Amino acid sequence: MKRLFAASLLLMATPLSGAFADDPIKVTLQNHKFSPAEIRVKANTPALISLSNRDPQAEEFDSPALKVEKVVAGNSSGSIRLRALAPGRYPFMGEYHANTAQGVVIAE
Amino acid sequence: MLSALLIVFREIIEAGLIVGIVLAATTGVPRRGSFVALGVLGGVLGACLVAAFAGQLASLFEGSGQELFNASLLLIAVAMLTWHNVWMASHGRQMARELKAAGHEVITGKRTLAALAIVVGVAVLREGSEVVLFLYGIIAQGGTTTSSLALGGALGLAAGAAMSALMYFGLLTIPAHRLFSVTSGLITLLAAGMAAQAALFLQNGGYINILSASIWNTSWLLPEDSVVGRLLHTLVGYSDAPDGAQVLAYIAAVAMMLVLMRMVGKPGPRPMAAE
Repeated sequence: MKRLFAASLLLMATPLSGAFADDPIKVTLQNHKFSPAEIRVKANTPALISLSNRDPQAEEFDSPALKVEKVVAGNSSGSIRLRALAPGRYPFMGEYHANTAQGVVIAE
Repeated sequence: MLSALLIVFREIIEAGLIVGIVLAATTGVPRRGSFVALGVLGGVLGACLVAAFAGQLASLFEGSGQELFNASLLLIAVAMLTWHNVWMASHGRQMARELKAAGHEVITGKRTLAALAIVVGVAVLREGSEVVLFLYGIIAQGGTTTSSLALGGALGLAAGAAMSALMYFGLLTIPAHRLFSVTSGLITLLAAGMAAQAALFLQNGGYINILSASIWNTSWLLPEDSVVGRLLHTLVGYSDAPDGAQVLAYIAAVAMMLVLMRMVGKPGPRPMAAE
């Protein structure tokens, strides 16, 4: 019974820690531009983007295709979880400065 | 300027539509104005707080604090809307039987006014914090474009408010005896849409990792980020490519609401005189 409990605890804890194949993909936002603006991920595998916003203003990482909307405050960073993606191109943008802040996730 | 207008407009109609529905659902209830105003005020103050601490919020809970926070707010609103509908279902029927509807209508809804004020506050808080961050960024940036962006933001605010007013007055043209069923239907779909969005935030925060594949994709027909898509998203929870968890949450919220309303709304023998 105790083992069962421990096992179920482990099972519950896995999605938070072990679901991602690799380390977070580091992306920087500076002068309202993403770098790299092209992010490659493995298809059908969840991934984690660590977005470091070096601008003083907040930005919203927004992508209907990726189903993500995440606000990252100025001069701070935020993590963006990508679900397992079918192969393809998934554009994203910084909603507050959409003229310059554009990028794409490529799953392959 | 146009982008500023659009961003502010989109956030404002989301909160504004909810305010409009709440106002229509509480037609004739005394002091509803001050309750709703309190909700809006609390939401605006909360939005400023959230915007000020956005960085800290984002880094909480292994970087998923923002998602968890949004999901919690949405689920609170779902609970409040469910309570309101269930309460109205049980007492609306009783009132109709007592043929003193006019006098009792005033009492109905008063009970759940505080709950609806919370719904309003939560909606303003969620959408408002993004507007605050965006506008603050514009002001902080300075430069030549500031005034035009600020003008766009102000126009967006006005347009969003006008749209919400249109929604409210549109609802009011519905005859009084039908208004109740229309608003309770709207509130059911509103709550279901919020539940689905909460599921999405939990998915993005890494708290749910199942049913994450899209069930269908209608973005070619009606993109969710278009104005109409956004409207439908707020009103009935439209999503152009929902995943399994979203669909499940949506269905579960509607089912729970209907079952509870049916259960308490059933005309039983027990007289509920002590109200």
